[in-house]
Amino acid sequence: MSYTLEGSTGTWEIVVGLEVHAQVTSQSKLFSGAATAFGAEPNSQVSFVDAGFPGMLPVINRECVAQAVRTGLGLNAQVNLWSRFDRKNYFYADLPQGYQISQFAHPIIGTGEIEVTLGDGTTKTIGITRLHLEQDAGKSLHDQHATKSYIDLNRSGVALMEIVSEPDMRSPEEAGAYLTKLRQIVQYLGTCDGNMDEGSMRADVNVSVRKAGEGFRTRCEVKNVNSIRFVMQAVEAEAKRQIEVWEAGDEVRQETRLFDTARGITRSMRSKEDAHDYRYFPDPDLPPLVIEQAWVDELRAALPELPDARRGRYTALGLTPYDAHVLTLEKETAAYFEVVAKGRDAKLAANWVTGDLFAAINATKTSIAEPPVPAEHLGQLLDLLADKTLSGTLAKAVFAAMIETGKAPGMIVEERGMRQVTDTGAIDAVVAEVLGRNADKVAQYKGGAEKLFGFFVGQVMKAMQGKGNPALVNDAVKKALG
Amino acid sequence: MHPTDFTLRGALDALNEGIISSVELTQAHLDAIGKLNPRLNAYITVTGEQALAQAKASDNRRADGGAGPLEGVPLAIKDLFCTAGTRTTAGSKILGNFVPPYESTVSGNLLRDGAVFLGKANLDEFAMGSSNGTSAFGPVENPWSRRNDPDTRLVPGGSSGGSAAAVAARLALGATATDTGGSIRQPAAFCGIAGIKPTYGRCSRFGVVAFASSLDQAGPVARTVEDCAILLKSMSGFDPKDSTSADVPVPDFAAACARGVKGLRIGIPKEYRLDGMPAEIGALWQQGMDWLRAQGAELVDISLPHTKHALPTYYVVAPAEASSNLARYDGVRYGLRQTAADSDLRDLYERTRAAGFGDEVKRRIMIGTYVLSAGYYDAYYLKAQKVRALIRRDFDEAWQKCDAILTPATPSAAFGMDEKQDDPVAMYLNDVFTVTANLAGLPGLAVPAGLSAEGLPLGLQVLGRAFDEETVFAVGTALEHAANFTALPGLRASA
Amino acid sequence: MSLDSATIRRIASLARIRLEEADVGRMQNELNGILGWIEQLQAVNTDGVEPMAGGAPRGEPAMRQRPDAVTDGGQPDQVLANAPDRAHDYFAVPKVVE
Repeated sequence: MSYTLEGSTGTWEIVVGLEVHAQVTSQSKLFSGAATAFGAEPNSQVSFVDAGFPGMLPVINRECVAQAVRTGLGLNAQVNLWSRFDRKNYFYADLPQGYQISQFAHPIIGTGEIEVTLGDGTTKTIGITRLHLEQDAGKSLHDQHATKSYIDLNRSGVALMEIVSEPDMRSPEEAGAYLTKLRQIVQYLGTCDGNMDEGSMRADVNVSVRKAGEGFRTRCEVKNVNSIRFVMQAVEAEAKRQIEVWEAGDEVRQETRLFDTARGITRSMRSKEDAHDYRYFPDPDLPPLVIEQAWVDELRAALPELPDARRGRYTALGLTPYDAHVLTLEKETAAYFEVVAKGRDAKLAANWVTGDLFAAINATKTSIAEPPVPAEHLGQLLDLLADKTLSGTLAKAVFAAMIETGKAPGMIVEERGMRQVTDTGAIDAVVAEVLGRNADKVAQYKGGAEKLFGFFVGQVMKAMQGKGNPALVNDAVKKALG
Repeated sequence: MHPTDFTLRGALDALNEGIISSVELTQAHLDAIGKLNPRLNAYITVTGEQALAQAKASDNRRADGGAGPLEGVPLAIKDLFCTAGTRTTAGSKILGNFVPPYESTVSGNLLRDGAVFLGKANLDEFAMGSSNGTSAFGPVENPWSRRNDPDTRLVPGGSSGGSAAAVAARLALGATATDTGGSIRQPAAFCGIAGIKPTYGRCSRFGVVAFASSLDQAGPVARTVEDCAILLKSMSGFDPKDSTSADVPVPDFAAACARGVKGLRIGIPKEYRLDGMPAEIGALWQQGMDWLRAQGAELVDISLPHTKHALPTYYVVAPAEASSNLARYDGVRYGLRQTAADSDLRDLYERTRAAGFGDEVKRRIMIGTYVLSAGYYDAYYLKAQKVRALIRRDFDEAWQKCDAILTPATPSAAFGMDEKQDDPVAMYLNDVFTVTANLAGLPGLAVPAGLSAEGLPLGLQVLGRAFDEETVFAVGTALEHAANFTALPGLRASA
Repeated sequence: MSLDSATIRRIASLARIRLEEADVGRMQNELNGILGWIEQLQAVNTDGVEPMAGGAPRGEPAMRQRPDAVTDGGQPDQVLANAPDRAHDYFAVPKVVE
């Protein structure tokens, strides 16, 4: 059932395309040697190139090029061995050169596609139009002074990848799923940290609406949306606004809008009103960017495993599709799982990670990046289960102690004597003792009350302080009851 | 002999032989500047104290046996080169009192080699002009005047008018200059000195205030071809800070000056014989051909068929790039800021740029903005880039037939300060012989070769293959020797 | 192609140069003079010609790429030293409403 919105004139379909700006992970900027770290003192990571001083010239950072190529490969996209930088000319307080160096006519990455998984388990392929490298602008602070805006150029010149999708999305959910997947891919590749809170990923959301069977109507661009949730909200809010405009008999005007997260509506962006004639032309300070196929091949060979491939590998190991999905969503989760599962029962490892570990993360308000139990320790716990040192029940208790103390499971087993008992003689003795003081219940059992079997097992385990091997205890009880 | 009358080569020899110190040489030039600059206006900023300190340090280095190739030589620096700690104006009000915290690569190379900087030379605003009349710091006067009309003040040419006038009037032994359409060669010719625009990419553009990035190239002006060769060697070299800098070896240009022209094929392009060109320009050109033939060169007729489209091509490409390059002058981070009481940011921009830029700069920004704007890009900018490719192709074909090309440097001698100022296109025609080398990226040298009937210097131009400045210097030296240009401007330090 | 006064105003606005109404006519004449002269380019046959971008005489070389290392920055005072209006370590401009 496809997503639609009901208006007074009937049913509307929505059309969404995303332009995602992803900050390239690199030490220094795209065209200067200034640092890119987040949160530095104002204007402390600014070279004279970034500040647009007279006579300053750009020189490209090879790692940024490599990151763009890796991302292109991760998007199954065409890598263009010849590309070129253009100037996009417009005036803005945080754009020091009066132009942004971008790739307009010849981007480094051409068409590609990614597959997204939707909530109902179905998948959809979203086309990638292009990816190009460009400079970020600085940052304007409008709330520091009554009559002034303040300009911090730390971000000016940081490398961005602009990843443009085809208008292939038809619902807020699809837009959210696309952005989620894109974020997952760049995080796996290490080409962008995907941190939307710090502005490392921002989306310009292009939205239009139409009646079934129509071509595209005029679209509006909602700029700089900085979370997946807000993207989904902005799509819906903007689509509803446009439907109202059309249904009131007016025309939707092509324009740039902002999403007001507090009010959940979009509004026209005054400052961009006449910025439409960008006068793109090839940047004469920069010769064409020419890269070798051999280098692209090297980068391809060194690519880390991508989420789709990893998910496939996990299901082949016997994991459920759901577990495979959950474990690959974040790169850190998968990395954690890999350590736990290495040389061990993958399904068991998956159960522990998605079950006990996730619960512990929630309970302790930690994260997979700084987990309450190191992956190595959880792996050791699985080993103790495998060699029957621990029963499942004991393992849970040991796990709780691991969270509490930070100690390795082996040490906890030793210190607390939590080793399970597999000595059948010892078990038989306890069974005899338990049956002896419950002669009445033994008689009832023999009279047909078979559900009492569990009671006897429980009493034995209790007497053994939970350390009896459950299977051996079972066997011993069964044998004794004859 | 007055110390300011040394050639640069001669001064280096005198310094080496202990005949004069850098402090003495520098002081003599500062005295000359004090005497003549109030009239010539060749310098915007004179850095006398700094120059003497540099000279003293230079004398000490020489005494310690650590003399560089330009040790102790006082030079003028066109005020388009950023100089650390010294105001750099680009001849514009919009840079205000801008003091760069960095040194251009070219001026840094000169300092590395021991040069002394006397100050910053006047220029057309942002190097846009052919008369030095667009400078916000006032026009520069040519030290030469007409034989029968000594009271008419003449332009030194532009945009490197201050550099050329300073060198001609003996206010510096040499100077840095830049050339986007002829801005080294035309003022050199007007002032009776030599000047070379090297191959695009030979000198770094880092720290040089940009006019048109694909055309701008730094080069020296000096009183002899050899002096230009010595300066160019120091100015040149690969710079990783400029993505268009050429990673090629820098030859010993001065050594190439003495090569001679025997056996060289000199191309004579028929398209440079313009309708209405003054007869004396044609005669000088013929004289140049005869001189070279007499020294063993072979003259070859060549054709550069797209020459007549070069200036219009230039006046699309250069303003387009300039309109973008000059967008950074917005009153936010440095330079002039002009506001009214209730100015918003946009008003700040518009007032700052209206007050900060002169008329010629505004015209070019407007033209450039227009030719790049939506709907006109293909018809103007893309078209001009294609014609530019054809102009380069013309040269590629010519090099099959010849080793260097000889042309006049300018279509006339220096004109009066009141002439041509009201007709932009007439002013643009000054660069008709020089602009092709910028469009094709090739080296071009202007050599003083004779006097007009009015007693004003006239120059010849030698063009060469990409990165073959050596042949250009050899041909230039041959012309210089034959011309034996010994005439002196009326206004000079030693007069 | 001749520019009308509205176009002159639009270009000036795009270039952020305040143009007094009294100067529009003069600018219009000058620009039309220059553009009329430039117009001769349209007569050149450029069929199949690759445009020449950049100034390199032998065709453009591939762009050099620098290693990824922090070699610059850490100099806010120098960056701000020429600022017409500075507030703390920021450049200041009249308040912008987005």
